[in-house]
Amino acid sequence: MLAHRLAMESDWIRADMIEATEFPQLANKYEVFGVPLTVINEMIRVEGAVPEPMLVNELLKVLDGQT
Amino acid sequence: MPLLSNKIQADVRKALEGMTAPVKLIVFTQAAQALECEMCGETRALVEEVAALAPAGKLTVEVKDFVADTAAVEVYKVDKIPAIAIVGAKDYGIRFYGIPAGYEFSSLMDDIVTVSKGESGLAPASQAAVARISQPVHIQVFSTPT
Repeated sequence: MLAHRLAMESDWIRADMIEATEFPQLANKYEVFGVPLTVINEMIRVEGAVPEPMLVNELLKVLDGQT
Repeated sequence: MPLLSNKIQADVRKALEGMTAPVKLIVFTQAAQALECEMCGETRALVEEVAALAPAGKLTVEVKDFVADTAAVEVYKVDKIPAIAIVGAKDYGIRFYGIPAGYEFSSLMDDIVTVSKGESGLAPASQAAVARISQPVHIQVFSTPT
């Protein structure tokens, strides 16, 4: 899984795959209406299965102090 | 009755042939059967079935009690169950919460082999980008079995 590969690549990154139906309170909290939904540092939301370069770009937003 | 059909068992066996170094699957559940959370028992059973299909000695399962094994909960920073940590040469921070069934089952297979090989397989440009990160990043991916 892409997020897990990112976690492998960096000691700073950890990645959870969460089965939304088993954790309805989390699905609710993050307003999961469609899957996959990727949430980075509580702030950045990426909807759908996006290509690797796009997810990496979203990830780099943490460097801009956007989270 | 096994959770995996003969066909899936054959697929898993084939996928796990790609493993090189040993991998540990650490499953967090509740030991007391009566109290075991809804999908905890199935998650544990699934992981044990998968491990039995890996090349000898390559894939081991450790079962931890979310309530009693506080040290393990702390080390692996697990905050809900069922949880699976996929640990290879080190703990890369890879977790599954909830049963990895359906689509996520192939993610689990893919992760096991990737962790075993110890290489992320990311494109060089992605690797270079990720190398710029020097602050904690938490990625949560929500999925459903279908």
